[in-house]
Amino acid sequence: MALPKPVVVRPPEPDDADQRSGAPGTGRNAPDAQVHAHAHAHAHAHAHAAMAPHGGRYDDILDAIGHTPLVEIPRMSPNPAVRIFAKLEMVNPTGSVKDRVAKYLIEDLERRGLLQPDSIILEPTSGNTGIALAMIGRRKGYRVALVMPDNVTNERRQMAALFGAEVIDSPGRLGSNGAISLAKHLVSKDPRFVMAYQYGNEANPRAHEETTGPEILADCPEVDVFVAGLGTSGTLMGVGRFLRRAKPGVRIVAAEPLPGEHLQGLRSLDEGFVPEIFDPSMLDAKYLVSNQDSIAALRDLVDREGIFGGPSCGAVLVAAAREAQLMTAGTIVALLPDGGWKYLSAGTFTRSFDEMKDDLEGGVSWW
Amino acid sequence: MSVVRIPTVLRPQVGGNKEVELAGTTVREVVDALTSQYPSLKSQLLTDEGALNRFVNVYVNGQDVRYLDGLATPVGERDEVRLLPAMAGGAHAR
Repeated sequence: MALPKPVVVRPPEPDDADQRSGAPGTGRNAPDAQVHAHAHAHAHAHAHAAMAPHGGRYDDILDAIGHTPLVEIPRMSPNPAVRIFAKLEMVNPTGSVKDRVAKYLIEDLERRGLLQPDSIILEPTSGNTGIALAMIGRRKGYRVALVMPDNVTNERRQMAALFGAEVIDSPGRLGSNGAISLAKHLVSKDPRFVMAYQYGNEANPRAHEETTGPEILADCPEVDVFVAGLGTSGTLMGVGRFLRRAKPGVRIVAAEPLPGEHLQGLRSLDEGFVPEIFDPSMLDAKYLVSNQDSIAALRDLVDREGIFGGPSCGAVLVAAAREAQLMTAGTIVALLPDGGWKYLSAGTFTRSFDEMKDDLEGGVSWW
Repeated sequence: MSVVRIPTVLRPQVGGNKEVELAGTTVREVVDALTSQYPSLKSQLLTDEGALNRFVNVYVNGQDVRYLDGLATPVGERDEVRLLPAMAGGAHAR
């Protein structure tokens, strides 16, 4: 089937005589041409001003990472005097904020000369970072192996495999801590493994300091509070660092997952884990959010705003709502890390809370 | 009396209880009441200087007390105090 021919509208050509004369107003019909050209330029600029800023044109998918939309979600604010804007990170190429991080991590390994022809980029991850590393590794031609708890949803494994990454299982009951220690063990045994290590690599917060933070301030100069999930802490550390410098006084607020009862596979408190990149002094508040509250907010987000996010988006919005209740007026930017696709098989959007009881106790994957 | 929620990892040291009711008007008073009842917890929750161990987080009504008034954070009659080990985000994978 033939496609309809595009209609091409050519801008009026500048009058050659005018250009040669060098001075405006001296050529034949100069004033008219000038007015015409001016009016056209004006109309053109105006048309673009009326349009939403659009996605742009890039040479490479890796350049299309970031530049995500900021969308007001008034129906999620419990305080009419507080505006909440959502930064939609699900719009990134592999569907999560981790594209930003993975790009910076791999570029960091490249810059440090750590990637040899037989190198395998290794990372402990329960999902999004792995998928992002797999895609970027494929694009750049690196082998990627991911250590994942054996109980993550199948969509994550499928996505990682789709981009050619190998998946190494760690015991699900040990959660992310278990994946981290297995990855560290593998690196110590086989020199081909090169760990990108989002929990301890400064490239993680730097990705947010150099991209996410500036995007937020450009789109929302009136921001008073920034809310994000606390996983590796990279988003909060990086955006926090940028905003503290560029707009002192902005509150940096963390939403933290309430860990599941059965998945705290620790023998003592000292086996706990604090990411090396985490600087507690960067935060102004931290809210613990249960899985049930997160999922309830997530469903509200779909129903009221038409935004389809993952469970951590719900948690971020619960924390944002608690902040909004403390404010007299102002503006909150809430970073929504990923979309809901990878959670469909877990029934996150459909099952009753009674049916989900065990999963809610055991926890839902966030990051 | 406020309810203190005990994390799985510490339950063996408090007779297997998920929750303990304790008196106290600040987090420090509540933690002191807990450790005087269960002395083995003291070295795990607090440093030698009496500050909170960096691997333990304490929340009053879901807010981390490090960003409130720390151990001086007031605790009301109906407030929920929760102790949790520091965990990597996504520690509960599924």
